[in-house]
Amino acid sequence: MHAVEAHDLAKTYPPGTKALDGLGLTVGQGEVLGLLGPNGAGKTTTVKILTTLTRPDSGSARVAGHDVLRRPDAVRRVIGVVSQRSGADPAATGRDNLLLQGHLYGLAGAALKERTARLLDRFDLGEVAGRQVKTYSGGQQRRLDVALGLVHRPKVLFLDEPTTGLDPEARAAMWEEISRLAGDEEMAILLTTHYLDEADRLAGRVAIVDAGRIVAEGAPGRLKGELRGDAVHIELKEETAGASEALSTVPGVREVQVDGRRLSARADDGAAAVPAALAALDHAGIAVASVTVARPSLDDVYLKHAGRRFAEA
Amino acid sequence: MTALMTDTWWMTARRLKAWIRQPALLVITLVQPAIWLFLFGNLFKKVVQLPGFGSGSYLDYLVPGVVVMSAVSSSMWAGMGAIEEIDRGTLNRFLVTPVRRSAIMNANLVEQAVSTAVQSLLIVLLAWAAGAEFSGGIGGVAVLVVASVLLGAVFAAMSNTFGMLIRQRETIIGLSVFLLLPLTFLSSAFMAPALMPEWMRHVAAANPLNWALDTARAALSASPDWGIVVIHGAWLLALAVVMVGLSIRTFRTYQKTV
Ligand SMILES: Nc1ncnc2c1ncn2[C@@H]1O[C@H](COP(=O)(O)OP(=O)(O)O)[C@@H](O)[C@H]1O
Ligand SMILES: [Mg+2]
Repeated sequence: MHAVEAHDLAKTYPPGTKALDGLGLTVGQGEVLGLLGPNGAGKTTTVKILTTLTRPDSGSARVAGHDVLRRPDAVRRVIGVVSQRSGADPAATGRDNLLLQGHLYGLAGAALKERTARLLDRFDLGEVAGRQVKTYSGGQQRRLDVALGLVHRPKVLFLDEPTTGLDPEARAAMWEEISRLAGDEEMAILLTTHYLDEADRLAGRVAIVDAGRIVAEGAPGRLKGELRGDAVHIELKEETAGASEALSTVPGVREVQVDGRRLSARADDGAAAVPAALAALDHAGIAVASVTVARPSLDDVYLKHAGRRFAEA
Repeated sequence: MTALMTDTWWMTARRLKAWIRQPALLVITLVQPAIWLFLFGNLFKKVVQLPGFGSGSYLDYLVPGVVVMSAVSSSMWAGMGAIEEIDRGTLNRFLVTPVRRSAIMNANLVEQAVSTAVQSLLIVLLAWAAGAEFSGGIGGVAVLVVASVLLGAVFAAMSNTFGMLIRQRETIIGLSVFLLLPLTFLSSAFMAPALMPEWMRHVAAANPLNWALDTARAALSASPDWGIVVIHGAWLLALAVVMVGLSIRTFRTYQKTV
């Protein structure tokens, strides 16, 4: 049994924004799935449906074996949710936020006190536990959000863009924390992000979302491995017709794509292909501004499957 | 049932804690009623001499009016809190926990009821210190407080419903600007119904604020008319139940648009 299983989810927000368009995914027991996609791809909508906050127009989903549409109560008991916007009560203290969250799951007494103390300690919030949340730094607030999602020891944890808006230092600390959570064999994690490096680093498996559907899926290493060879990026002095054709004639160069002044291609041996590529372009009278050769990145995976660069999506 | 009660208890405790943290707010909400009491109380002192007004002291007459008006005035802001909780994501955080939806709404109501009751009692004390008399005694004051709590529930639920559906602060502000004064002046708050134009009396008869005043005035008089208290109180209660039911249903509509 998968911890999370979604089939063919579709949702359109009025007046006609197609947020999800046949999205399906699975998360295995103890696995971390990274749902990677640019803003507006449909990540948050997916999380909202899987966490019973909203309903899909069509499609079905099960979380920890419970149907999200038929048994939302059963689902709510076993999930932890850290949503994109912090849901902590700013007027209450960090400790009070945690205690209330525990009460809502039926925890109480010494067991809850102990659990709260442990979480405060673990997320390095002990010193600020008695302060109102509105006085917290961004990193402290986000760590509290994660702690809130963990109070009741959920079987499935949803993390919606847990590091967006954090400074590099706070992000590194959060990565550290999530890596530790990922080590927990009992808990499945669905993590959404629009940072390629975050998915690369934290997720055992990545599903790339684009315009409400999954366009590619697999372990980050495998996805990159599928793009045999290196990525060659060439920037032209100006947009020129025929550049793509000229580059395609070079032996060993494949999958040429044009994006304005930028050409991208794959080559089994990037370094060896560069001189031939430059010669071919020069021969065609096309001026080159710069050339880079890189090991495939998730950005290249995204380009291949979504047809455009991640940063421009 | 017990789960609903414990949920309601925890959610209410959260709200009351936040409320207790800012005692200054309570003082601020008392400034306006105090101004109404002393300004109107002095300005219209002689109104009672009009034939047919039928009351000895205008201050005595004014107190229930100011209490009820203040209850409406502060309850109408409830929707602001709802919008804030939506914008912050706090409401969504609760909605993905097992907490009962009705417990979330109950907590709003209980908070509203407690603050309306405290506010009403403080106004009564203020008026009493200024020399107002309450012929109906403690029982009359209790009915006044209950009536203003019920009326507060009506408008708090309405404000919450608008807040959740429209999610714009301007709507809430507009609601209180457009409703508060007409509702107040189309009632017996400041002027005896006997002296109102005929059409106004008819409008007032359908005004919930006036139902609360009828209930309270009947209980506060030297010889309370419990028939009126019960009947008008029942109308008010029925309306409060309907409005609260409506606001709980709004959660479903809200979740469709999340
Ligand atoms: N409550 C909503 N009402 C209307 N449109 C929405 C709402 N939530 C999301 N959308 C739209 O649905 C699309 C997907 O949004 P979302 O799931 O939030 O994307 P992501 O989390 O990947 O950035 C976007 O075009 C967004 O504008
Ligand atoms: Mg999002």
